[in-house]
Amino acid sequence: MKPFTKLTAVAAPLPMANVDTDKIIPARFLKTIERSGLGVHLFDTLRYDAEGRERPDFVLNQPPYRHAQILIAHENFGCGSSREHAPWALLDFGIRCVIAPDFADIFHNNCFKNGILPVRLPRSVIDQLMADAKLGANSRITIDLEAQEVVRPSGERIHFDIDPFRKKLLLEGLDDIGQTLQHVAAIDAYEAKTQSERSFIPGIEVHP
Amino acid sequence: MAKTLFDKVWDAHVVEQLPDGTCVLYIDRHLVHEVTSPQAFEGLRMAGRRVRRPDATIAVVDHNVPTTDRQAGIKEADSRLQVETLERNVAAFGVPYIPLLDDRQGIVHIIGPEEGISLPGMTIVCGDSHTSTHGALGSLAFGIGTSEVEHVLATQTLLQKPAKNMNVAVEGSLPFGVSAKDIVLAIIGRIGTAGGTGHVVEYTGSAIRSLDMAGRMTVCNMSIEAGARAGMIAPDETTFEYVRGRPMGPKGEALERAIAWWRTLPSDPGASYDKQVRLDAATIAPMVTWGTSPEAVAPITGTVPDPKEVADEAKRAQMERMLEYMALRPGQRLTEVPVDVVFIGSCTNGRIEDIRAAAAVARGRKVAAGVRALVVPGSGLVKRQAEAEGLDRVLTEAGFEWREAGCSMCLGMNPDKLTAGQRCASTSNRNFEGRQGPGGRTHLLSPAMAAAAAVTGRLADVRELAR
Repeated sequence: MKPFTKLTAVAAPLPMANVDTDKIIPARFLKTIERSGLGVHLFDTLRYDAEGRERPDFVLNQPPYRHAQILIAHENFGCGSSREHAPWALLDFGIRCVIAPDFADIFHNNCFKNGILPVRLPRSVIDQLMADAKLGANSRITIDLEAQEVVRPSGERIHFDIDPFRKKLLLEGLDDIGQTLQHVAAIDAYEAKTQSERSFIPGIEVHP
Repeated sequence: MAKTLFDKVWDAHVVEQLPDGTCVLYIDRHLVHEVTSPQAFEGLRMAGRRVRRPDATIAVVDHNVPTTDRQAGIKEADSRLQVETLERNVAAFGVPYIPLLDDRQGIVHIIGPEEGISLPGMTIVCGDSHTSTHGALGSLAFGIGTSEVEHVLATQTLLQKPAKNMNVAVEGSLPFGVSAKDIVLAIIGRIGTAGGTGHVVEYTGSAIRSLDMAGRMTVCNMSIEAGARAGMIAPDETTFEYVRGRPMGPKGEALERAIAWWRTLPSDPGASYDKQVRLDAATIAPMVTWGTSPEAVAPITGTVPDPKEVADEAKRAQMERMLEYMALRPGQRLTEVPVDVVFIGSCTNGRIEDIRAAAAVARGRKVAAGVRALVVPGSGLVKRQAEAEGLDRVLTEAGFEWREAGCSMCLGMNPDKLTAGQRCASTSNRNFEGRQGPGGRTHLLSPAMAAAAAVTGRLADVRELAR
């Protein structure tokens, strides 16, 4: 996983609430066995018309935002399906940070596994950042994960909260599985204990 | 300290608590399907890791499969590749697999409980948000992303912090014509699609306790549509009766020991919740969604709301967009909305009880002219049971299509899709834009209400038909 430390970039304003994962990447694009290559389908129905032409009014089709690396949105971003294809599509497009008042749980979790930083900030702050983002290419926002700050184009610094464990994994680009395998002795012990205490639970076998 | 059902199941699965409160949480059952697993198995392969507990893992294909003749294979190359990739992965990693042509094949959330793979008190995960379904048994069951699928395959654990406790109590008896689907749509309408974010919801109350297991699964299934991490219902005699005799569940003396443990799981008297909501069952009517979010729901006796009456500008704009997409007018009576397609099935409503409810409405009636109506059993065994009861004949004589098991028209990943502009009365769980096919319009409702829409050609109050 690519570490996330500090990012200064153009932010795309997406003033919509309840942006669901079907909107981020429709189910018909999930038939892949790869993680990469989904960026072209990011926000497919918002971004393209029925004939596959770009909709000029959609933010990511406008020149300043074609290379945006930050996305600013309204409440409950990423609701719906558990598909990790949603953060994969964002990442493949180039988005490394999503800022919103709140996120759906599974999407929020999936972001961290892919080096995307989801930042929760109050709606009043989002409104300010949204206005900043609307100014386009000359209005770059900085995200400093170490300091836990979003820096507005005006220089104003806004603090955000983040789980310390997740912050460490992001900063160092660490793989979760590697972390967990450091606890393998405890997992072995748990299994031995429960396999005797809950021996009534059978193993799964599929007989023809 | 008094504990909730969630606290007890969580505590029983904590392998280790890290200094910041993150827990290494043990997973009892891992359900795997073809869409969210290929990259996870690939990750294992790249790192030279094995599947830690194949005997706690089960794989099945459901999202991509056609619901017509299976012998013909899968025509779409990309769907076929995902199915074949899963088959290669389960063979390489020794994971138990229910093949496509097996009678037991079906939607992963239907077959888990049906086979006795999902049991009370367990932690159950799957790379699919509707894993919340299994919470109906009194398990802690939730959806995960593909990275976590890989994590569970490799370690049989997840790194998690405990969720908060939320209680939704539904008290009283359900009025005639009102089902579990109406209960959960009413709950989502009340608390909203983010109402449960960060929480595990425990459903309690006499209306919940009186539901059969199928109804409980319908309620827990849509917990995710209220934003909850999971939904749970305390195991009771209804649960134990359901589990008894399941092919892959415990039997004999083992089952009795299991039940003795399961009886200790219900929330202690005085256990406290971070959030509490109460609904009176008597006030719930058959529900139908009018918008493109499950919270955009109303009783069938109601009308399409008017954005002009919404004060918040962002909410008003969102409602306007929904009505435009759904091609509905403010003030329009819901019973005046015509439908083109009816879909009965999915992990929400694809169980035998759902098909019985639909067949009871369809019996002796005909699908309205110009309406296409599909009934898709949730599993091969549900299909066989329905056929043994003659429900397939009731439905086909009424003009419904009787199909093979799979996710079907719940999401546009297999040949069962809406075309742009088509309007569907659907027993599935999401009415998002394009969910059932690009440009398709979805109204969520119960199986009985879907059958009523099929025979009248419009959204209809099933209570009127029954009178």
